[in-house]
Amino acid sequence: MTEAGLTMLNRTADSVARATPERLARKVRGISDKGLAWLFISPTILLLLAINIFPLFWAIYLSFTNYRANRPNEVVRNVGLANYKRILGDQDIWIAMQTTAHFVFWTILLQTLIGFTLAWLIDRKFRGHAFWTTIILVPMMLSPAVVGNFWRFLYEPQIGLFAYAISFVSGIPATQIGMLSNVSLAPWSIVIVDTWMWTPYVMLICLAGLRSIPEYIYEAAEVDRASNWRQFWSITLPMALPFIMLAVLFRGIENFKMFDMVNLLTGGGPGSTTEVASITLKRQAFESWRTGYSSAFAIILFVAVFGLANIYVKALNKVKQR
Amino acid sequence: MKSTLKLTLGLTSAMFASTAVSNVAHAEDLTLCWAAWDPANALVELSKDFTKETGIGMKFEFVPWTNYADRFLNELNSKGKLCDLIIGDSQWIGGSAENGHYVKLNDFFDKEKISMDDFVPATVVGYSEWPKNSPNYWALPAMGDVVGWTYRKDWFSKPELQKEFKEKYGWDLAAPTTFDQLKQIAEFFQKREIDGKTVYGASIYTERGSEGITMGAMDVLYSFGFKYENPEKPYEMDGFVNSEKSVKGLEFYKALYDCCTPPGASNSYMGEGVDAFKSGQVAMHMNFAFTWPGLQKDENVGGDKIGYFANPKGPDGDQFAQLGGQGISVVSYSDKQDAALKYIKWFANKDVQAKWWSLGGYSCLNAVVNDPGFPASQPYAQTFLDSMAIVKDFWAEPSYAPLLQASQKRFHDYVVAGQGSAKDALDGLVKDWTEVFQDDGKM
Repeated sequence: MTEAGLTMLNRTADSVARATPERLARKVRGISDKGLAWLFISPTILLLLAINIFPLFWAIYLSFTNYRANRPNEVVRNVGLANYKRILGDQDIWIAMQTTAHFVFWTILLQTLIGFTLAWLIDRKFRGHAFWTTIILVPMMLSPAVVGNFWRFLYEPQIGLFAYAISFVSGIPATQIGMLSNVSLAPWSIVIVDTWMWTPYVMLICLAGLRSIPEYIYEAAEVDRASNWRQFWSITLPMALPFIMLAVLFRGIENFKMFDMVNLLTGGGPGSTTEVASITLKRQAFESWRTGYSSAFAIILFVAVFGLANIYVKALNKVKQR
Repeated sequence: MKSTLKLTLGLTSAMFASTAVSNVAHAEDLTLCWAAWDPANALVELSKDFTKETGIGMKFEFVPWTNYADRFLNELNSKGKLCDLIIGDSQWIGGSAENGHYVKLNDFFDKEKISMDDFVPATVVGYSEWPKNSPNYWALPAMGDVVGWTYRKDWFSKPELQKEFKEKYGWDLAAPTTFDQLKQIAEFFQKREIDGKTVYGASIYTERGSEGITMGAMDVLYSFGFKYENPEKPYEMDGFVNSEKSVKGLEFYKALYDCCTPPGASNSYMGEGVDAFKSGQVAMHMNFAFTWPGLQKDENVGGDKIGYFANPKGPDGDQFAQLGGQGISVVSYSDKQDAALKYIKWFANKDVQAKWWSLGGYSCLNAVVNDPGFPASQPYAQTFLDSMAIVKDFWAEPSYAPLLQASQKRFHDYVVAGQGSAKDALDGLVKDWTEVFQDDGKM
């Protein structure tokens, strides 16, 4: 900053200080730096307490009760661990958890493989790579509601392009390709859509990882006459691994709580074949109005995600340290 | 300058005055909450007369069926003041009465000489009473509705199809009177080429998310002999819900789904059914009667091309149909209960009810539906009357939501996903429902 600028800033500060009412100025003068810092962050902390921490503790409290939000006049009883016991012994809940695990595993596997491959290709910096990067990113920019509805039409056995394309390739009549109505195909229909939508996200993170690898390492490998394959396994993959793991963490957490896409595409059906944990939770909480029970289920899910994420972050840190 | 000042002051005062007047007028505006569907539009039209008569403005909050229950039950549970009047689903009546969401209307009916004897009995039990069959009224029957069927009269009357059908099944192709006949017709039309297009047998309810498959399956189960409970011992369900006859009924519904529905119809409810029929995909179509006025007017499938029939008979000759429809209630959290009651009084009037029917709403007033001219007033009027005479409804208990969720899951798992047997599904349903009633302390 120039001297003139500094003088101007000092003058402004002086005039603001002079304009501050004496009573307020006296109060502010008495506050330490630490106090001032607390003063500034307290609105955020209060907001977090109100919209995050309090509901969490309230949900924990409710999980030990028989409370139902649609029965405001009913006496709320403490039921101890009954809700937790019931959930852990409920076969339907375990089936929903298995469905969720299946969905999380396959989406992450496919998104990581395709996302990393795309990032690796884009990193080659071929002609028009910027244009293709933009094109690849488009699905990620769409709203899940739009994507869900859009794919529901694509999957239509009578008018859907997807069924038509599969029929064209396989010779199976399009009307027999019920992606959303067939018990075996419905889970895959969701995996396909989620992969289509979120692979670009994984690609972006992987691309950041690939771009962060210093060029001189490859140059040194070239000098040592390392093959491309060797360079990939010894330099590219290990150095991009923390980024890949980060992408897996983000997608894993997101997909564990996946709701919108499943709700729009299959609503959990046919039967309960695509009923992931979040759909079960929504049904218990807002359709059956078993608030205490669903709070317990939410806490179990929270602990599961939190626990798994912690273990994973520790593993991620170890990889980074290597 | 002085005159300009005067003019400015004058205009400003006029503006303030007009705002104040309009505020006074809007202070009494009533908000009516309902589902977003054709009858709601008819009600908007009808309510203009109320505003004209009383000066009370009407505002409407219509929510699509898929979110209707979630949205308004949340509103009621949170004691919200959004709705002064609500046309709530028939199954809500128990919960809304017991939780104090609705104003009890007995005293008001007595004072205004509104008699429930003037309304179709099934609608009074279904939409107004809680506990059922007791003279405790929480709503005025507003919109009669019932599940029935439409069929493609033009296809049924094609001579070549009639001939082929008669040769194959030995009886004349016509609107079915039994479920066996219905299935034969559906099979006959399934994947048939008509006017150069592949068509399918029937559109039935299979929706998983809200109440679709339950409404559809129950429509069949009732006529096969399904009962919710032991008539002698309330809440005793074993042997009634999962009786042999009920099992046969559910097996029939699955067979109908497997053999005769359009491809991909695994999550189909009212809207999807209408689409399937309107687009000329199906020969028959299960749906609530409220869809009939719209279909009748449709250029492609309406007019002479469409016919209607009540839910057919089961194997033992029993004939029942799933009740739909709603009553109109005053929300107890409303600050405008007096004005809301005025609306109910106006709505109960015979002339208003007659106009309601003419606009596309389904009146429940005896004076309207028993009028000698009623059956001929619309092509579907007689079927509506026949159907309303055979209605049964789902549980209307305060716990109707978990009861419904259980049946949605059990039916969809068996009918659409093909998991387990009909017996397993109904045994499971007895188990689920028993748990719900035990939680409620009713068993």
